[in-house]
Amino acid sequence: MSSLATHFPALLVVVPLIAAPLIVAMRSGLAGWLVSMAVAAATAAMSVTLLAQTTASGAISYALGSWPPPWGIEYRIDAASALVAALVALIALAVAPYSRRSALAEVGPEREYLFHALMMLCLSGLLGMVATGDAFNLFVFLEISSLSTYVLIALGRERRALTASIQYLLLGTVGATFYVIGVGLLYLVTGTLNFADLAPRLAALDDLRPVHAALGFITAGIGLKLALFPLHAWLPNAYTFAPSAVAAFVAATATKVSIYVLMRIYFSVLGARFVFADLPVGEILVALSIAALFVASATAIAQRDLKRLLAYSSVGQIGYITLGLGLATHAGLTASLAHLVNHGISKGAAFMLAGAMAMRLGGTRFEELAGVGRTMPVTSFALVIAGLSLIGVPGTAGFASKWALVAAALEAGRPWIAAAVLVSSLLAVAYVWRFVECAYFQEPPRAHPPRGEAPATMTAPALALTALVIAAGLHATPVLESARLAAGALLGTGR
Amino acid sequence: MSPADLALVALAVPFAGVALIAVAGRHPNLREAVTFGVSITLFLVVFSLGPAVIAGERPAATLFEMLPGLPLRLQVEPLGWLFAMVASTLWVVSAAYSVGYMRANKEGNQTRFYACFAGAIGAAVGIAFAGNMLTLFLFYEALTLVTYPLVTHHGDDEARRGGRVYLGFLLGTSIVFLLPAMIWTWSIAGTLDFRPGGLLAGRLEPAVAPVLLALYMFGIGKAALMPFHRWLPAAMVAPTPVSALLHAVAVVKAGVFTVLKVVVYVFGVDTLAALGGAEWLTAVAAFTIVAASVVALAADNLKRRLAYSTVSQLGYIVLAASLLTPLAVAGAALHLVAHAFSKITLFFVAGAIYTAAHKTLVSQLDGIGRRMPWTMGAFTVGALSLIGIPPFVGVVSKWYILQGVVQAQSWVAGAALLASTLLNAAYFLPIVHAAYFKEPTGEPHGEAPLPMVIALTLTAAGTVALFLFPGLPLAFARSVAGM
Repeated sequence: MSSLATHFPALLVVVPLIAAPLIVAMRSGLAGWLVSMAVAAATAAMSVTLLAQTTASGAISYALGSWPPPWGIEYRIDAASALVAALVALIALAVAPYSRRSALAEVGPEREYLFHALMMLCLSGLLGMVATGDAFNLFVFLEISSLSTYVLIALGRERRALTASIQYLLLGTVGATFYVIGVGLLYLVTGTLNFADLAPRLAALDDLRPVHAALGFITAGIGLKLALFPLHAWLPNAYTFAPSAVAAFVAATATKVSIYVLMRIYFSVLGARFVFADLPVGEILVALSIAALFVASATAIAQRDLKRLLAYSSVGQIGYITLGLGLATHAGLTASLAHLVNHGISKGAAFMLAGAMAMRLGGTRFEELAGVGRTMPVTSFALVIAGLSLIGVPGTAGFASKWALVAAALEAGRPWIAAAVLVSSLLAVAYVWRFVECAYFQEPPRAHPPRGEAPATMTAPALALTALVIAAGLHATPVLESARLAAGALLGTGR
Repeated sequence: MSPADLALVALAVPFAGVALIAVAGRHPNLREAVTFGVSITLFLVVFSLGPAVIAGERPAATLFEMLPGLPLRLQVEPLGWLFAMVASTLWVVSAAYSVGYMRANKEGNQTRFYACFAGAIGAAVGIAFAGNMLTLFLFYEALTLVTYPLVTHHGDDEARRGGRVYLGFLLGTSIVFLLPAMIWTWSIAGTLDFRPGGLLAGRLEPAVAPVLLALYMFGIGKAALMPFHRWLPAAMVAPTPVSALLHAVAVVKAGVFTVLKVVVYVFGVDTLAALGGAEWLTAVAAFTIVAASVVALAADNLKRRLAYSTVSQLGYIVLAASLLTPLAVAGAALHLVAHAFSKITLFFVAGAIYTAAHKTLVSQLDGIGRRMPWTMGAFTVGALSLIGIPPFVGVVSKWYILQGVVQAQSWVAGAALLASTLLNAAYFLPIVHAAYFKEPTGEPHGEAPLPMVIALTLTAAGTVALFLFPGLPLAFARSVAGM
């Protein structure tokens, strides 16, 4: 077993990658579903093991095909990548059982197996982006996850899913291209693609113009993928019209992995001093993030569709994550990573619950959701809890990271940032209460509304994730400690 | 069972009640029996903690780490015991009242009502027994959220509007002011554990003190300090038992209780007095007292008048806390008890009048004393107690606060108390006069259902009993003030 465990950094990526063609070969929705659940469980187990290993004994380097870095491709798992991988795998584990009924209803039984195969590809791509220590390999995985996501979004039941998919495809391709241009520039001036090898060579350069250009391209490119305000235009449609299982999985993981990539490039490749001290990237990030907190959250209030509201909420919540990154302190980065995890769990739960409502009621427009508090009491109540986490009410996951972010802003001597974080939380109260008032104060639209919860395979994992939101709020130390270690790993001060 | 275990049991009992009430929901009589059983159990558990606390023990229990270095922690001290005692005692009485009110007015969703009610009491006990500021904050926010369905119980547009104001003010102030105040405190002191003498003692710079205090005082929106008081009248859309127990006792007392906790155990009375950061608070509290009384004078809706009277009376407690003298702090703790018994009586009366006569306005109450002698008798008792006339408990706490005013030589405070006493008389006594000396109008009617009459008689009797035997609350209040 221990010899197998040494291959976990590669298996984490390879297992879902192999599962995808396997599912296609089997041509059975049920078999695909079972395989995807098994794979999700395996990746979750592996990523948790890796998280424990990095916490106990530091970073793990894995030479693919036994080619030593920097000549071969290195997979490198440290506290930061292990944390993000654990989030991705955990969300995959929650979404896998959920995906069957979502796929059957929204994609149809004859194409269900393709749906599961694409989900596996997407999972593989996201985990690959996290695991790899190679800039070009990262681009490959970015494209694997992106291409599978474009198709998954297009599978949505409304025709508008197609335009949403095209919109994301265009912007996502621009983002990926910008990223690869940036990496190309770095390769031109250093002749290497390995992160650990790039960093000292870049630090030794005299002519910084190509590096400045690379920073600009990578920031804009990954900024598109992570929906950094105002580069978020693709996100609301993509999350609204994608099948419910896709929306839940992508919302909870894809943007988070992109934020991780940005952190990795900034801290492990370009260096914190270059990015944040010599150049005003931190100030720009702070400004854009604060704009996101207010503009996107205020836009969320005005939405007429729950999924769309949650999507705009995501843009705002991503602002909290990039805000912590923009502070560029250990505490700020800790808050950022903690919110990355906590928001991933909360928003994953919220989208899964919204999907359960869409399943029963035919959609998530507020007219359709009227009175859902009475017809689906358990799902509605759980969605309120997930919403409280978006606000940052104590006892939910969102509180812990908001606490950490405010403390980080105060520690950095920037009380106005702390004030912006707190005041913008009130906008979250407003958009969460849009749902509350719709679910509990309005009459169901039809005389005989469909009563009862969604199927157990959808409700149970969503509720499990909601329970995790509360557990991570009442006992936030594990996430915050992991985030602290991860921030240390990125800054190079810790393991 | 050790006192620490009892504290945990006290916290668990109301939340277990929530589950039991939900399970028993289909059988109203069983459900109400559960409410009675749970409230009496809580009363006994809290009561049994008393001897240990007054003997100087501080039963404490650490549950688990919420944030790194900041555990969920309970610790019972005299002020918390006093608050928990008031809440649990009046829960028993209001349980009887609620049964009468909810059934007579044929209210819907009664299971949700009783479950949230129990949850609110659980949150209040959590606030009372919190061992650090973070634990207190957790239950403080929980109290806001669990009372929201109670405020909006009727589910109509008016309830929704009231609910928005309620939630907006309470969540808003706590997120924007109270939360950063806590984080700031934590960054200064490295702890949030309540400590006699103040956890910030010796760590606070004079320039920081007034700012931090302002964040706390305006952050504790439940204390209804102006200009953040508007949630309280807005919450009057709730059924009257909610207004009675929650918005005269549990929620607002959680607010002023937190104010006292912050002044006594976070800053420390002596620290704050030495730094001189609380003068402005005296002024704001004095303004709140007088201004709210003036608004009450003009309000024709009885519940609205009572709500503004509550805003004013809460101001007494904040004012007393801001004086930073032992006698004033003891007076503040006493007034927490005195106002609870007096004001719940008045709200019980308002609900009884609504149930029996469907009247809500002060101008409709002519001659009602002849039709509802018990009810209006209780109203007179509650009103006289709040004005500060013996033999009712209000005079005891007022006496202590006045002594504190003299000790602190704060003439602003003295003037505000004097003006408010006159205004209290001006907005309560005309109601009493009209009820007894004017001719009744409209359809004849009798008293409200018996459980309601019993409840309001009991709380009215309580104001007399506490005047005659103030020993127990007095001992605890003096202990809080370190006397």
